[in-house]
Amino acid sequence: MKTSLTCIECPIGCQIEVEVENGKPVSITGYSCPRGKAYAESEVICPRRVVTSTVKATDGTLVPVKTERPVKKSDIFAVMQKINKATVTLPVKIGDIVVENISEDIHLIATGNA
Amino acid sequence: MKNAYDIVIIGGGPAGLAAAIAAYDAGVKDILILEREDRLGGILNQCIHNGFGLTRFKESLSGPEYAARFIDEVEKRAIEVLTQTTVLSLTKDKTVTAINTEYGVFTVQAKAVVLAMGCRERSRGALNVAGSRPAGVYSAGTAQKYVNIKGYLPGKSVVILGSGDIGLIMARRMTLEGAKVHAVCEIMPYSSGLKRNIAQCLDDFDIPLYLNHTITKIEGDKRVTGVVVSKVDENRKPIKGTEMHFDCDTVLFSVGLIPENELTKSAGIDLSPRTRGAVVYQNRETLVDGVFACGNVLQVHDLVDFVSEESELAGVSAAKYVLGEREEKDVIDVVNGKNVSYVIPQKLDKKASGNVKLFFRATGTFRNCVITAKCGDTVLLQRKKQIVVPGEMETLLLAQAKIAAAQGNIEITLEEQA
Amino acid sequence: MFDVIVIGGGVIGGAVLRELTKYKISVCMLEKENDVCMGQSKANSGIVHAGFDAAEGSLKAKFNVAGNKMMPAYAEELGVKYVNNGSLVVAFSQEDLKTLQVLKARGETNGVTDMEIISKEELRALEPHISENALGALHAKTGGIVCPYGLTIAAIGNAMDNGAKLYTDFEVVDMQKQDGVFTLTAKDGRTEQAKLVINCAGLGSGKIAALAGDSDIVVKGRRGEYILLDRESGDFVSHTLFFTPTQKGKGILVTQTADNNILLGPTSEEVETGNTDTTADGLAFVIQKVNAMVNNPPLYNTITSFTGVRAYSTRHDFILEESKHVAGLLHCAGIESPGLTSAPAIAKYVVEELVSKHIDLQKNENFQGKRKAEYFFKQLSVEEQNALIRKDPSYGRIVCRCEQITEGEIVRAIRENPPAKNIDAVKRRTRAGMGRCQGGFCQPFVAELIAKQQGIPFEQVTKNGKGSEIVVGVSK
Repeated sequence: MKTSLTCIECPIGCQIEVEVENGKPVSITGYSCPRGKAYAESEVICPRRVVTSTVKATDGTLVPVKTERPVKKSDIFAVMQKINKATVTLPVKIGDIVVENISEDIHLIATGNA
Repeated sequence: MKNAYDIVIIGGGPAGLAAAIAAYDAGVKDILILEREDRLGGILNQCIHNGFGLTRFKESLSGPEYAARFIDEVEKRAIEVLTQTTVLSLTKDKTVTAINTEYGVFTVQAKAVVLAMGCRERSRGALNVAGSRPAGVYSAGTAQKYVNIKGYLPGKSVVILGSGDIGLIMARRMTLEGAKVHAVCEIMPYSSGLKRNIAQCLDDFDIPLYLNHTITKIEGDKRVTGVVVSKVDENRKPIKGTEMHFDCDTVLFSVGLIPENELTKSAGIDLSPRTRGAVVYQNRETLVDGVFACGNVLQVHDLVDFVSEESELAGVSAAKYVLGEREEKDVIDVVNGKNVSYVIPQKLDKKASGNVKLFFRATGTFRNCVITAKCGDTVLLQRKKQIVVPGEMETLLLAQAKIAAAQGNIEITLEEQA
Repeated sequence: MFDVIVIGGGVIGGAVLRELTKYKISVCMLEKENDVCMGQSKANSGIVHAGFDAAEGSLKAKFNVAGNKMMPAYAEELGVKYVNNGSLVVAFSQEDLKTLQVLKARGETNGVTDMEIISKEELRALEPHISENALGALHAKTGGIVCPYGLTIAAIGNAMDNGAKLYTDFEVVDMQKQDGVFTLTAKDGRTEQAKLVINCAGLGSGKIAALAGDSDIVVKGRRGEYILLDRESGDFVSHTLFFTPTQKGKGILVTQTADNNILLGPTSEEVETGNTDTTADGLAFVIQKVNAMVNNPPLYNTITSFTGVRAYSTRHDFILEESKHVAGLLHCAGIESPGLTSAPAIAKYVVEELVSKHIDLQKNENFQGKRKAEYFFKQLSVEEQNALIRKDPSYGRIVCRCEQITEGEIVRAIRENPPAKNIDAVKRRTRAGMGRCQGGFCQPFVAELIAKQQGIPFEQVTKNGKGSEIVVGVSK
């Protein structure tokens, strides 16, 4: 089976064609960097996304956050539920863990200083 | 705060920050950044999604992370910053009048000024969309501010007009925060947003993108209750009989960005009707000596990475100007040729050193095309490109020697091959 | 109980209310909406007409010419910008040229001064962007422009500063008169009483009259759609440009506004309701007409479009009289154009000639007609601005960047008479959100200031009253 993908790794947005047999990619064409190839492989087996959002801080303001690595696409809304319940104690720095293991072993980290 | 500085930078967003750092590193330490918000970073503070910095840092950063890298550098250099300070006017002799709560209305004299005010969104009003004027109609950036900075949801049932990147990003943000996004409508036959944003912001959440469609009526008395969406013909006129109705409580507009050049105008600096930004030389100097412009106030960029790059050029140029490295210019124009909507810079100084990266946009979508820079009948440079779209800025690197040798204006054209 | 109740918070009601506070009487205003100036007074052309248009001998002619003369001082006292920009009625045919002579003669009969018929060349010298098809114009030098909502709100605010009371969300649904006292009941059951009632209810004035058992007042609506251009194009024209009137009416105009925008419109369409939707056809018609008047209008600088509904009486003249059926009920009805111009003259007439028949008017020695200097922040000198910022630092924080409106001005609008309760109300008082970004940047800040000043949660801040909340909940 042939699948056509738009690479989301960088602004170029390469159109990548992936030939899949028995759930495994057997041929990948159209990418222009190793990240694109890796993205295509992952996308046909188990698509993943970085989730970005905000978490409420103890003073009522919001702290921007992201998952430090891509989480399973099917897990995005479960991650959002945990994000919406979380609070973070100030001060916080970029890279600080806000929620440990929010999905699998992936942490939710702050992306802003506050 | 003093009343005179070597360089005053208006705006503390990505453009102003990069210009300040570059100017400092080029040898001018006496710099003041004026920022109207309560912190540096500009619009990046509310752009909490990732994807920034891939060109520059080879990694995918969120807006605040990207901004923080530059803010750290500004702090390391102890460059003076005044936040919550709005510049009211600018004169040709580089007197900057500003206002804040601490100093009231005050003036600062600069030797050089860098304009880095960014851009604003086109509003619903600019489009003459018919219907009522209820609550629930926002520009995408305003909605982004409510959601990402203030922590409020502007609506729960949303239709978005315009498939620029902010519109696409907000389709995903609103969905993640619990709203239902029914449709993104785009009047053009193509999206001006990045392809990856269509994939990860719309396709991932099964949000339909209606190309060649626009909102023809907004309904609701106090609050939006629905919109009428119509298909448009090749002249972008709605086609009768194609109306679709969506019930919704919110309409977001993501229909273009306009450089914020009120101060530029107040100083009597020439603007380009094409970019709505200043006319500049390759060093980003405007037609007023010692006033430079960079970032989205000069031209609306696709990527912040390019804003930073352009602003560093402006910062270095401002520093050189202050340090007295100026010469009489020998000026030629860069002309928008066939299928080219604008080129930056619009003017070239033949005597200036260094190769010049020209930025330009196409007037439409072209396939299998040739980009040509020529001077009279002499072709200076030619490059083939598979596809060119208006939504993506194109570049062309012109060697200094070719500019120096040019016997007249340089024209940039874009032609499809037979 | 009040001596006088004014129904309707428009430009006429406002002028009448203020005029009443010049005397030692108790007065109040009842307004059915959540704010004053919510009807035709907020959505019209803002023209101070010279007075050549109204039929000889009509009330319109009388009060137009009188109001035109009063307007500069009236606006100045209230701190509202008035500009004597002059009007030009432009002729595009030989027939139009003849009509100009008729208009000029009529103007002279009405008492209009400083009119002149000018040639094509003279017209072009005044307005370089005028169409090549223009053949000449009637130049009425006493024509002017004023901010209509500014004028309305300032008059009501000033009246309140002088003791008048304002009750908003007070839609009168019942009116009874017993023993010389009117009792007016609102939809929500509140009542107010007075000896005299002045009906300034605009589109609703027929309904108000009918509540009292007077069916003489028949008022209908006429919709008009407008397009507003950015101040960046504010100098595109400097005069008010009219087409030469035909049987169908005055047609659309192209004018500078007192705030230096360019205003285009209105269309004219008879309607039953006060629906203020804009339509694609209406806006297209405006654009078509504007293109006939001027060359290359800067439509790319459009910042908004809107619709106003003007109330006109089937008598086609102003109705300024005591009810023939109910003593003590005074009508100011059918006040269509030139109602804005006429407002100060109408107010003086109604109070001095009609109210005085019922109430012995004693001068109020404490009346203060002039609004405070703080109302003109942008017009103050830098020294005065800095003195104000030292006293109240919030005047040093710009909230609306397009119009350069400070936090101090917005807070004042929320606190002072008549208090702004929502985003649109702040906009009408301060211009915050009225500029090129249409509130895109400042709306969240303005909303925060409203929430803070009123002590309400952010989620309860509205655009224009209950049901128009600007956010629907918290995202976290």
